Amino acid sequence: MITGIRRVVRAGFVGFWRNAYVSLASIFVMTVALFVIGATMFIEQLLTSSLSSLQSKVDINVYFVPEAPPEEIDAIRDAIESLPDVAQVTYLSREDALQRYRDRYQNNEIAMQALDELGENPLGATIAIQARETSQYENIARFLEEQRERSAAETPVIDEINYARNKESIDTLTSIIDAVERASFTAMVVLLVAAVLISFNTIRLAIYTSREEIGIMRLVGASNTFIRGPFMLQGVMYGLISGVLALFILYPILVWLGPRTEFYFELNLFTYFIDNFSYFFVTLVGIGIAIGFVSSTLAVARYLRV
Amino acid sequence: MIYFDNVSKLYGDGRSAALHEVTFQIAPKEFVSIVGHSGAGKTTLLKMIIAEDRPSSGQVYFESLDIHKIPRSRLPQYRRKIGTVFQDFKLLPGKTAYENIAFAMEANGRSDEEIAENVPQALALVDLDDKAWNFPNELSGGEKQRVAIARAIVNQPDIIVADEPTGNLDPIATYEVVQILKKINDLGTTVIMTTHNKGVIDELGRRVITMDEGRIVRDDESGKYVL
Repeated sequence: MITGIRRVVRAGFVGFWRNAYVSLASIFVMTVALFVIGATMFIEQLLTSSLSSLQSKVDINVYFVPEAPPEEIDAIRDAIESLPDVAQVTYLSREDALQRYRDRYQNNEIAMQALDELGENPLGATIAIQARETSQYENIARFLEEQRERSAAETPVIDEINYARNKESIDTLTSIIDAVERASFTAMVVLLVAAVLISFNTIRLAIYTSREEIGIMRLVGASNTFIRGPFMLQGVMYGLISGVLALFILYPILVWLGPRTEFYFELNLFTYFIDNFSYFFVTLVGIGIAIGFVSSTLAVARYLRV
Repeated sequence: MIYFDNVSKLYGDGRSAALHEVTFQIAPKEFVSIVGHSGAGKTTLLKMIIAEDRPSSGQVYFESLDIHKIPRSRLPQYRRKIGTVFQDFKLLPGKTAYENIAFAMEANGRSDEEIAENVPQALALVDLDDKAWNFPNELSGGEKQRVAIARAIVNQPDIIVADEPTGNLDPIATYEVVQILKKINDLGTTVIMTTHNKGVIDELGRRVITMDEGRIVRDDESGKYVL
């Protein structure tokens, strides 16, 4: 048993080395395939993070009238916070709003004069609301409108809701996000399938060149396991080496890309790569080994039939 | 030892027959030559013995074992009882002469000590000690065939099946190969060989089975090559 395993392992390594050209070709093709898979993973990550940073820039603002009683504002705020679609609510009190106004226009004398002339704080409190998904703004806006109508019947509390003004850009963003997510998913699936099929075919071709040998081994009385073993081991070795090579190729590219993606997408791909290195290692090397193992097993099985 | 019982092999829709109701037997330690034109069914006959091909009807027995009832998983064990030699040598191109012979023993589950002892012996028997570490493409046709014979005998099989072993060889190499096969037979191994070579048959003076169009037309105890 042990001798058998040792012989299979040795035959695998010797075969790998003596068929260096075939091994090299398989490794090259698989490296390209795994590189494509790896690159797709990074592009996907870039898309996800830039979409979520875009999403976080979208919000609905509720402007209260300056005279609105604080307890009514609190009540509305609590009601908004309890909505399931709401991700975050930022409250800006009258005083904070004034302070922010002063900070922003401190170099603008006319604005400051106008403020001083009024003598009192003309600004109302505001609430900024972020939804979990851009598509949920519609519901939140509808809820706010109901609040406004209810309050308008007595003394008006809500002055303005800026959803109507933002509606168009929110809708556009929603549809862009949908389209991008669908397109990137499709592209990823197509690339993955192509990469797997190409690697599969290369290994099959590599074993096709050995089909006569497989026949001879059978005639000499070698058991199927004994014939299959070295080929399976070689498939695994192709996958392992290709996975590591693909990571090696990705590394300098990401070193170069990192600062640039940070600038444009607020995500440094290189840091992301280093932070999640074990994940990328396991995924790429794992996919490589799986493809190598499965394709060599299937390919040899073809020539093992009597 | 080998017994063919009314064996037929039909190809296609049954109109062409490679073997036609063939019945004969081979005793232990015999040296049997099978002769006939191309397409007479010689190779099909040998393929039946090594379970490479199945008969359309009839049975082939190895001792009391019906060869074509052996389950696929047990075939390797059965094939280890038979050493095979082919016209095109069928050596593993990626292995040296030594490794080709050692592979047959490894496949047989023999120990490293046995391999280290028996492979040089087999190489010595075919007079190739000095070419042990050459790859097949570095050997002449006769040398390749001698490696193939060494591989066939190294597991001490009960039978050697040789399909046109001299078909690709020049007269001197042919002579050497036949002498080696004779020596193996003298040491007690049954040899079944197909051939086209009149000189080989006449030189041997052993049993000759003549085939024509899938039938046995002649079976002489110490035959001459007659077609």
